[in-house]
Amino acid sequence: MLGKLDEITARVRQRSQEYRLKLQVCCGAGCLSSGAGELLEELKRAVAAQGLEGEVGVVPTGCMGPCNQGPLVRVSPDDTMYEKVVAGEAAGLVECHCGRGEEVRAKLLFSGGEGPVCERASEHPFFRLQRRVALENCGVINPESLEDYIAAGGYRALYHALTGMSREEVIAEIKQSGLRGRGGAGYPTGLKWETVYKHVSAEKYVICNGDEGDPGAFMDRGILEGDPHRVLEGMAIAAYAVGARKGYLYVRAEYPLAIKRFELAIKNARAQHLLGSQVLGTEFQFEVEIRVGAGAFVCGEETALIASIEGRRGQPQPRPPYPAERGLWGKPTLINNVETFANIVPILIQGGEWYASIGTPKSAGTKAFALAGKINNTGLIEVPMGTTLRQIIFDIGGGVPDGKRFKAAQTGGPSGGCIPEEHLDVPVDFESVVKLGSIMGSGGLIVMDESSSMVDVARFFMEFCMDESCGKCVPCRVGTKQMYDLLHRICEGRGTESDLALLEELAPMVKETSLCGLGMTAPNPLLSTLRYFREEYLALIPRRAEGASVGPSAHQP
Amino acid sequence: MNEIVSIQLDGNELKVELGRTILDVCREAGVDLPVMCYLEGLSVVGACRLCVVEIEGSPRLFPACTTPVAANQAIRTQTEKLKRYRRMIVELFFAERNHVCAVCVANNACELQDLARRVGMDHVRFPYLFPECGVDASHPHAVLDHNRCILCTRCVRVCDEVEGAHTWDVMGRGHASRVIADFNEPWGSSTTCTSCGKCVQVCPTGALWPKAASMGNLRKEPGKIGELVAKRKLNA
Repeated sequence: MLGKLDEITARVRQRSQEYRLKLQVCCGAGCLSSGAGELLEELKRAVAAQGLEGEVGVVPTGCMGPCNQGPLVRVSPDDTMYEKVVAGEAAGLVECHCGRGEEVRAKLLFSGGEGPVCERASEHPFFRLQRRVALENCGVINPESLEDYIAAGGYRALYHALTGMSREEVIAEIKQSGLRGRGGAGYPTGLKWETVYKHVSAEKYVICNGDEGDPGAFMDRGILEGDPHRVLEGMAIAAYAVGARKGYLYVRAEYPLAIKRFELAIKNARAQHLLGSQVLGTEFQFEVEIRVGAGAFVCGEETALIASIEGRRGQPQPRPPYPAERGLWGKPTLINNVETFANIVPILIQGGEWYASIGTPKSAGTKAFALAGKINNTGLIEVPMGTTLRQIIFDIGGGVPDGKRFKAAQTGGPSGGCIPEEHLDVPVDFESVVKLGSIMGSGGLIVMDESSSMVDVARFFMEFCMDESCGKCVPCRVGTKQMYDLLHRICEGRGTESDLALLEELAPMVKETSLCGLGMTAPNPLLSTLRYFREEYLALIPRRAEGASVGPSAHQP
Repeated sequence: MNEIVSIQLDGNELKVELGRTILDVCREAGVDLPVMCYLEGLSVVGACRLCVVEIEGSPRLFPACTTPVAANQAIRTQTEKLKRYRRMIVELFFAERNHVCAVCVANNACELQDLARRVGMDHVRFPYLFPECGVDASHPHAVLDHNRCILCTRCVRVCDEVEGAHTWDVMGRGHASRVIADFNEPWGSSTTCTSCGKCVQVCPTGALWPKAASMGNLRKEPGKIGELVAKRKLNA
């Protein structure tokens, strides 16, 4: 079977060598929505019209990263990238790179911005300071082509695991890598695998959590759209290690492109015996099914996700029992996030030791972030753990636009907190971010400038949690509603000091007594904005001397 | 019989059987833990969070109803923080819908009212939400008043697990959650309801009450469900 993978690789490589130039068009959801599909077709037409079909290849890829500059085109091997290319500019771009046309410098990536512009894209800080492990193939290969994935080294790790490694050895390698869950909680992945492995059961399940729901986060979408086979291969390796034969991808319905490409990946992988019975000619069998979520944030919580897959109301359940012991259909179940699975293949290929050498001692490897908000270079990036926030926001992200002053960065979405300017030099890893009252989270990073009201930010996230609370436990169901109402009152200038006191009493209670992670973390944005921007709250509360209002009245039950 | 281990409960050494929950052990030892969603005979959901306890060595709080005892656990059930949190949870209950006792059929026969007394909640500091909730009086024998419902889901569970009808369920989410009959129909037109009355008996407040009742004569017997389930197990 290895021979077949090599044969496909040789075929793809030979074909790509025939091309003098390759025009890669980003076909991530962001670029597609700004016209990349049309551009791709127009480029193909332009190449044909100029009689260059044999020399110039036009290929779609997954997300390249600088999402607000799309549609993006990369010319290889020149390593030149262009931004905001419209279909009408296709012919000019082809001519230019074939030495027959005018320069299209005005379209070079980042030339519309305030930062540096580089002839060779990889020299630009946006790319130079990144380290792409999980996103290795994302924006490089055609996500809809299994052959491209195989030519990029795909399915070798699975083959290696199935034919040359025992299940224990696979788990040992993951443990050695120090990989921790990328969904936000940071639980050691190897340990989780080992726990599921140790539970004896004829039926076990592997679930890939693609219910990415934080406002402003799109790392998992980028990976699923840009390199679906990488996730599939990671799931298959996990299934082999823990002893499962069936896997599920739970993905939100708002990601239709990810669903489409993952479906295609499953279909193509099955046709090549990379899934199904006798995977790669071995005894190992593995099937994967997609379950589409109905749009509830809480279904990213593992027990609620399992309930949703089973067709029940998506509500969390008390743990223990943990899914590793009793999960889907009551069987031992491994649940990992999309990005976690995307890290498995490189770990098996290059070794756990190699992975552990990246990042910090306690947070190994790299982390993908989705940059959003008041930042010049919005998009999808991946950096080694321990990179400082300043590097991420100012060097890679290009800083805050319009000459405004940076105020805070929100990590971890509605479950996280804001990090103010004085802590910009904190290395981003699981522990450091928690010390500042936020969480690493799944990788959403929203930048706020001086024009943002932090009380409004807290209200926004509280409204989100209130709407997404499942309603099962009292502290979250009623507590988020009460906190939202109090925050709303303060935002409107009708708040009082006793409202603030009530908020500060309620928040720790909700945090400590809620049933699941949603409620436990819902007060975080409130608590962290109170910690760093208390004066903004006080400024919104009318002074009592000015005859504003009295505290909330007490009611007799 | 499971292994016997030692634990400390509010400073007292106890020998307990592994596999039991902290709530079981507390009840046997006479430790007074308030509960609302928990009812003997029904599945455990850990939703009301009133029975949370502290376990030495962990910064988290644990619901006693779902947490199993473990060897050498030092459990504290009555710290000042826990008492304050419990009072606050009861306040949230009262602020969520309309719990004005003076005009409620369950006045003096209400677990929520008793709970408020037990935890010492004498006034509500949070704004009353008073959402628009209907009253479903379409059933011939009983009334569902959503304004008194605390979403403990005892009715949902007893209907599904003990009666086997699964007439009740919950629709919507967060503070917009509502108990519904079948696919959100008037209770009286439900085709699955057997009119057994178990839901009315287990409802801790005046949300479900028999039409024959008037204020002062309402009596419910939630304890009967535990007895029924135990007897069924004996006969099985």
